[in-house]
Amino acid sequence: MSNTLDLARETLLSPAGIDDNQLQHIMNRLMSSRVDAADLYFQYSRQESWVLDDGIIREGSFSLEQGAGLRAISGEKTGFAYTEDLHLENLLEAASCAHAITRAGENRRIAVTGGQAVQPLYPAANPLESLPDEDKIHLMKTLDAAARAADPRVKQVSVNLVAGHDTILVVDSEGRLAADLRPLVLCYVNVIVEQNGRREQAGTGGGTRGSLAWFLEDDRALGYAREAVRQALVNLEAVDTPAGAMTVVLGPGWPGILLHEAVGHGLEGDFNRKGLSAFSGRMGEKVASPLCTVVDDGTLPGRRGSLTVDDEGTPTRNTVLIENGVLKGYMQDRFNARLMGMEPTGNGRRESYAYLPLPRMTNTYMLPGEQEPEEIIRSVKKGLYAVNFGGGQVDITSGKFVFSLSEAYLIEDGKITAPVKGATLIGNGPEVLTRVSMLGNDLALDQGVGTCGKDGQSVPVGVGQPTMKVDEITVGGTAV
Amino acid sequence: MSRSIEQLESMVADLLAEAKKQGASAADAAVSSSAGLSLTVRLGEVETIEHTRDQGLGITVYFGKRKGSANTTDLKPAALREAVSKACTIARNTCEDDCAGLADPQYLARDYPDLDLHHPWDMDTDQARELALEAEQAARDYDPRIRNSEGATLSTQTGSFIYGNSNGFVGGYPTSRHSISCVVLAQDGECMQRDYWYDSRRDWRELTPPRRIGEKAAANAVAKLNGRKLGTCQAPVIFRADIAPHLLRSLTGALRGHAQYRQSSFLLDSLEQKIFPDWVKVTEDPHIPRGLASAPFDNEGVATNPKAIIDQGVIQTYLLDSYSACKLGLRTTGNAGGVRNLAVTTGDLSLEQMLGEMGTGLLVTELMGQGVNAVTGDYSRGAAGFWVENGEIQYPVEEITIAGNLKDMFHDLVAVGCDTDIPGSVHTGSWWISRMTIAGN
Repeated sequence: MSNTLDLARETLLSPAGIDDNQLQHIMNRLMSSRVDAADLYFQYSRQESWVLDDGIIREGSFSLEQGAGLRAISGEKTGFAYTEDLHLENLLEAASCAHAITRAGENRRIAVTGGQAVQPLYPAANPLESLPDEDKIHLMKTLDAAARAADPRVKQVSVNLVAGHDTILVVDSEGRLAADLRPLVLCYVNVIVEQNGRREQAGTGGGTRGSLAWFLEDDRALGYAREAVRQALVNLEAVDTPAGAMTVVLGPGWPGILLHEAVGHGLEGDFNRKGLSAFSGRMGEKVASPLCTVVDDGTLPGRRGSLTVDDEGTPTRNTVLIENGVLKGYMQDRFNARLMGMEPTGNGRRESYAYLPLPRMTNTYMLPGEQEPEEIIRSVKKGLYAVNFGGGQVDITSGKFVFSLSEAYLIEDGKITAPVKGATLIGNGPEVLTRVSMLGNDLALDQGVGTCGKDGQSVPVGVGQPTMKVDEITVGGTAV
Repeated sequence: MSRSIEQLESMVADLLAEAKKQGASAADAAVSSSAGLSLTVRLGEVETIEHTRDQGLGITVYFGKRKGSANTTDLKPAALREAVSKACTIARNTCEDDCAGLADPQYLARDYPDLDLHHPWDMDTDQARELALEAEQAARDYDPRIRNSEGATLSTQTGSFIYGNSNGFVGGYPTSRHSISCVVLAQDGECMQRDYWYDSRRDWRELTPPRRIGEKAAANAVAKLNGRKLGTCQAPVIFRADIAPHLLRSLTGALRGHAQYRQSSFLLDSLEQKIFPDWVKVTEDPHIPRGLASAPFDNEGVATNPKAIIDQGVIQTYLLDSYSACKLGLRTTGNAGGVRNLAVTTGDLSLEQMLGEMGTGLLVTELMGQGVNAVTGDYSRGAAGFWVENGEIQYPVEEITIAGNLKDMFHDLVAVGCDTDIPGSVHTGSWWISRMTIAGN
C-alpha cells in the first residue's frame, strides 16, 4: 500500500505541487462549517482502444482524464464540486463551492495521517504498455482471421481491444489517505453470419484487471472468436420463442445477471435508506428459496468487478446478501452506512471524479448447490434453457426486472432441443428467487465484460451463478 | 465559468498546427467547455448541490489514409501535445482505409444559421431550491398515496464548443440546457410504484412550470398502483407518445450508414422500399430554433439540412457521415453524430379517441430492457401500461412483455395521435400498432 500511495502521489499530486500541508488546507476549507464528513478524490486515467472492422484496423483512440472531486456532507445533504485543474487555487475554489451546502458553523482542523496497508488484488503495471502496439494489432487480426476461417457463413467481424489504467487517491475528513492503481482490459469479438438471406449476429469477449497478455494465455481470445461464431450459427437455426409463463433453467456464469438485476440493485444501501426498494425494511425475512446464498465479493483477484479499495478508500470485502434464502445484508458506501448506523462494506463507487460515489455492486454471485447440471435439465418436462444474455434492467421500487436472452433452447421431455430467438424474461425481484427449486454444483463467474449503469454512472462489475432452475418465470416471445 | 468561444478557437488552431508539426497530413479537432448547477431536493430538504464544470477535447489525425484519435479532459498545453502525439502514434499503426479522411470541402457549412441555442439562466442555489421544491411539493400534495420521493432536480448548464479542421473550417457556438425532473413513489398497501416526469429546454422561459411536472410525476405513479399481469395473447398495442420515440430511433438506427455497410441492419439495402403505410412521413429538421437537437453543421462540419427520411411510407435516404457514404458509394447526408429533431406526421386523433377506436387492447406507457435485435428487427421488451376495453382504460398492467418484429410493426402502424406534448427532441404522438404478442401468465 505504501508503494501504491507513493506512486499515486507521484502521478496525481506532485505534478501540481500538492503536498500534505496543502491537502490539509483544502480539507479544512471543505470542512470549515457544519460538515459531518468530507472527501477529496483525485483521479488520473488513461485508456486506449482499438477497433478492427471490415477486415482492417479501422481506428484507435487514446483518452486521458484527470481531475479531483470534492464532497462535503452534512446530515443527509451533500455538496459537490469538481475540477480538472489540480492546482491549489482551483481545488480551494471547488472546496468552497462544495462546502456551501451548509451555513456558518464551527471550524475543525484536519490532520492528514497517512494510509493503511491493503494488499493489492491486481498488478500495478499500466496495461497500455503491457503489449507492444504491433502485438495488439496482430492479436486483433488473428481473431478476425480465426472467426472468418471458422465458417464460410461469417460475413462480418469486428474486434474491440481496450486497455485502461486508473490511478486514484482519496483523502477523507478523518485524515486518512488511500490509493489504488487499477488496470482493466477488455477484448470483444462480434460476428454477423448469413445463410439463405437470413442474417444473425453474436458477440462474446472477456476481460480482467491485469495485462493484455492475459488474452494470449491459453489462446483465450481465440476462444472468444470461435464462441462468437458458434453462437451466431446457433441463432441462424433459432425458431420463434413460445410466449408465457414456464420453467426456465439458467446456465452457469453470465446468466448471474439475473441476480444483479433481480436482487442486487434492490439491496444497495441508498435505495433502502430512502425506502425506495422493494426489499426496504425486509432484513431478516425470507426472500429466496433456502437453496439460495448470494454474495457480493469485491476481493476476487483480477476480476473485472474487484477493487483493492473502493472509491472512498474502504477495502472491499465479501458481503453476504442472502443466506439460505434469508435477507442478511445491504451493500453500503460510507454516506449511507453512517446514516443507517451500519458498517461500510467497500461498495462506494463512482464512474469518475466528476460523479458522486454511490453504493454499487462489485462481483455478485450465487454459491453452488449440489446437483449435476444434467439432472436439472432432465427434471424439466417443458421449458426453456437460457445460456447467454444481453442486457437487463430493473425497477427497484416495483421489483420488476427484465433481461434479454441471446442464446436459449427449448427443453422438451428433459432434453435440450431447438434454439429459440428474441426471448425476454420478465419477473419480480422479491419473488423470483423463491421459485428456485434446483441448484447446480457448477458455479462459474462471467468472463469479464459486464458494465452496470446507475444514475448515469457506469462501472465495471462481475456476476456468476451455478445452473439454476426457476419453476416459473414469464418468457416474452412471439409464438402463442 | 466556462471558457469563451475565442479561447476555444485558439485552442483548436493550436491543436491543428501541432498535428501538422507532428507530421499529420490532415486533422480535425473539437473542444467544448461547460459549467452549471444541479440541485436536488428530497422530502422538502436539499439533498445534493453539484457544481458541474466539464471540458473536453477530441482530435483526429490522418496520415494519408490512416487515422488515429485522442481525447482529454486536461486542456493544459502539455496534455494537448500528448494527446496529439498519441493520436499520431495510433494513426501510424492503423490500416490504410480508402474511405478515411475529412469531409469533402464542398459540403462544409460555409455560412450557417444562428439557431438561438444559448439562453443562460442567472440562477443561484436558493432560486434553484425554490423551483425544485415547488415541483416535489406539487407531487406530494397531488394524492395521499404519494408517500415517498426520490426527489426533484433542477439543473442548468451553459457551454460552448468549437469544431475545426485542416481544410480551413472552423465553427462553433454557445448553447444552454435547463431541466426540471421529479420522481415520486405511490404506495397502496404492499404495492409500491415509482414514476417520473421532466422537461428540458434550451430557453428556461419555455420550461413546463415545476408544479405541472410534479403533478404529472405523481399522476403517473398513482395510476400504476395495483397493476395486474395479463394472460398471454395477441392484441393491438398503443405506445404512448412519450415512449414512441424509441420506435423512431430503431428506424433511424437501421438506416445509419454504419449499420448498412456492416450489414447489421434489419432494413438492409432498403432505399425506396415501402415499409410504412402511405400516410407516414418522417422528417429530420436540424434547424428548429431553440431545438434540443438542433445543429447548423454536423460533427464533421458538413451543413445540415431538413429532409424527409420516409415519405408516403417509402425510405428516402440513409443517414450518412462521410465515411459510411464513401463505403456505400453515396454522398454524406450531414448525419455525422446522429439525427437531429425527428418528426412524424400525426393524425387528428387524441389519445382518448385512439383508445376509443382501438376498443380492446394494450396501452404501453413504459418499456424495459434492451430486447431489440438491430440485425433481424426482432422485438421483445418488458412493458407496463393499461389494459383497454370498450375504448376505456380498465386497469394497470405490469410484468408483461410485448413482442413482434419491427418490420411488421411499422407495416401495421394504424395511426399516430395528435398528443405531441412530450419533452425531448422528437415530435410524435402515440403509435397504434394493429397487433403484437403479449406474454404474461
